[in-house]
Amino acid sequence: MSISTLIAKNQPETFSFTTESESEIKQQIAKYPVGRQASAVKSLLYIVQKQNDNWIPMKAIEAVAERLELPVMRVLEVASFYTMFNLKPVGKWYLQVCGTTPCMLRGSDDISRCIKDKLNIASGEKSACGKFSLLEVECLGACVNAPILQVNDDFYEDMDYQATARLLDELADGKQPEFGSVVGRQGTEAEDGATTLKAVKKKATRSK
Amino acid sequence: MLADKDRIFTNLYGWGDAGLVGARKRGDWDNTAAILARGHDAIVEEVKASGLRGRGGAGFPTGLKWSFMPKEVGARPHYLVVNADESEPGTCKDRDIIRHEPHKLLEGCVVAGFAMRAHAAYIYIRGEFFNEYRVLQAAIDDAYNAGLLGTNAAGSGWEFDVYLHRGAGAYICGEETALLESLEGKKGQPRLKPPFPAGVGLYGCPTTVNNVESIAVAPTILRRGGAWFAGLGKENNTGTKLFCISGHVNEPCNVEEEMGIPLKELIEKHAGGVRGGWKNLLAIIPGGSSTPLMPKDVCETITMDFDTLRAAGTGLGTAGIIVMDKSTDIVRAIARLSYFYKHESCGQCTPCREGTGWMWRMMDRLVRGEAEIHEIKTLEQVTRQVEGHTICALGDAAAWPIQGLIKHFRPEIERRIAAHQAVVSAAE
Repeated sequence: MSISTLIAKNQPETFSFTTESESEIKQQIAKYPVGRQASAVKSLLYIVQKQNDNWIPMKAIEAVAERLELPVMRVLEVASFYTMFNLKPVGKWYLQVCGTTPCMLRGSDDISRCIKDKLNIASGEKSACGKFSLLEVECLGACVNAPILQVNDDFYEDMDYQATARLLDELADGKQPEFGSVVGRQGTEAEDGATTLKAVKKKATRSK
Repeated sequence: MLADKDRIFTNLYGWGDAGLVGARKRGDWDNTAAILARGHDAIVEEVKASGLRGRGGAGFPTGLKWSFMPKEVGARPHYLVVNADESEPGTCKDRDIIRHEPHKLLEGCVVAGFAMRAHAAYIYIRGEFFNEYRVLQAAIDDAYNAGLLGTNAAGSGWEFDVYLHRGAGAYICGEETALLESLEGKKGQPRLKPPFPAGVGLYGCPTTVNNVESIAVAPTILRRGGAWFAGLGKENNTGTKLFCISGHVNEPCNVEEEMGIPLKELIEKHAGGVRGGWKNLLAIIPGGSSTPLMPKDVCETITMDFDTLRAAGTGLGTAGIIVMDKSTDIVRAIARLSYFYKHESCGQCTPCREGTGWMWRMMDRLVRGEAEIHEIKTLEQVTRQVEGHTICALGDAAAWPIQGLIKHFRPEIERRIAAHQAVVSAAE
């Protein structure tokens, strides 16, 4: 695929790290042995996304390359290899529906259908209001709480059509509800109550 | 059923405090220095005696793997790398360890790292686990503040550092050498072996890559003894295991059980049974998406351990159990996995790069029956041409689910082709 289809058409003229980003960069590079600063490349790309409304412009790729003393191409290669780096702007609410088989079996089609009904967008598209983007992603690793809808960094679990509709309404109002299971599960225990560790639960509840 | 007293992950569901205070109450970090005082080799021997086999999918004996590290530390430092890039469809056990039992993992890093004469561990956590990353980073910070990590880790006199490294959305980085490439700041493309990581790993130094669960169970094994762990489960398939039961069951859940538990018992006891009853079962994928599915009659009696599942032509893998009832479009369910592997192929080896795309396009046609009968054979042959012809196991992982489908559900594929051809000829 040509790089021009991967990156944004409208690119900012300049990019520079904020003071906050600079201190995070220092922390990240310090994790690796001297001379191995290339290891921090993904961390720096995350820092760029955090600073720049969740996407990475080409000027930032150059800035990361310069900071890590890497060829620009090496950084671009990494930025385009990993799916979590956005080389184009995304909406304020970046919706990522898991469509892999365990989620599919539990109704991920309904989530995509709800998003289509309410926002009229398909995977890879941005809503008319500009607030939402959608991407169908691969297994998010939370399969017993399937289906999963990830919004920016947070997982909403045990979803269905109605729960997706409610979530989208709240997000449209600028409110983000607490992440996790929408049916009130704390973790990966059975919804009707865990079959193991019951004595442990009693103790844990008492000590709280 | 495994007794609660024999469970390692007593905070699996996050009911207690995941922080240091709660972890200490559960017995974590209890005189870790005494474990280290036994010496490097004694720890390796104890883990060998436990019979622990790697919990990331391949099932290689963990103690033996540790023993491959050089006995003398030369100019190149040793590294422990923990694979927390959990992304095998159907698998979500490491996520629970990271967010609810992070100190078991960290103490495991100290113990395992010391055993292999390493002074540093890198934990590679998948990028999507952002909230889990925050929990684990907080646990690392607490452990440093309490002197459990750092220059004199847990008062043992051994210097040990743990660093957390985020992935960024690439399944292939769960392959150990792709993970090392990624950790070095490159694209995650697997390396040719040999050399193996124990000789030339991270930054060209001796390295061992272990799964989160394998590392997190190590401190408990060393406290309670290899014999205790070996007494659970079956011969050559010892201990407890975290099972993830997803798909068409009444109560999808994670649960720690004994290795070798019958699959039917596992599902009926812990996951509320198959939706619509056991008779409504169609097929089960037993160990994450890359293990071939098993039809209902095999599921009836099979036990969940490495050797039994292998003998049945499938595998325990990560123990991510995907249950499918009779409402499942089985061809689409497997075709969706083919799409997954096409999406996740790193593009390095031709049979995988081209083959995963080809197999997915073919599977996509089979979902609708838009094919000829002889193409089933062609597809099966293509899976054999991908399998075993690539640097890493992703090619195999893409081939196996299709092979399982053809082996057990060929009549369903043929039925769709016939139905489609009937529609086409009626239109003519």
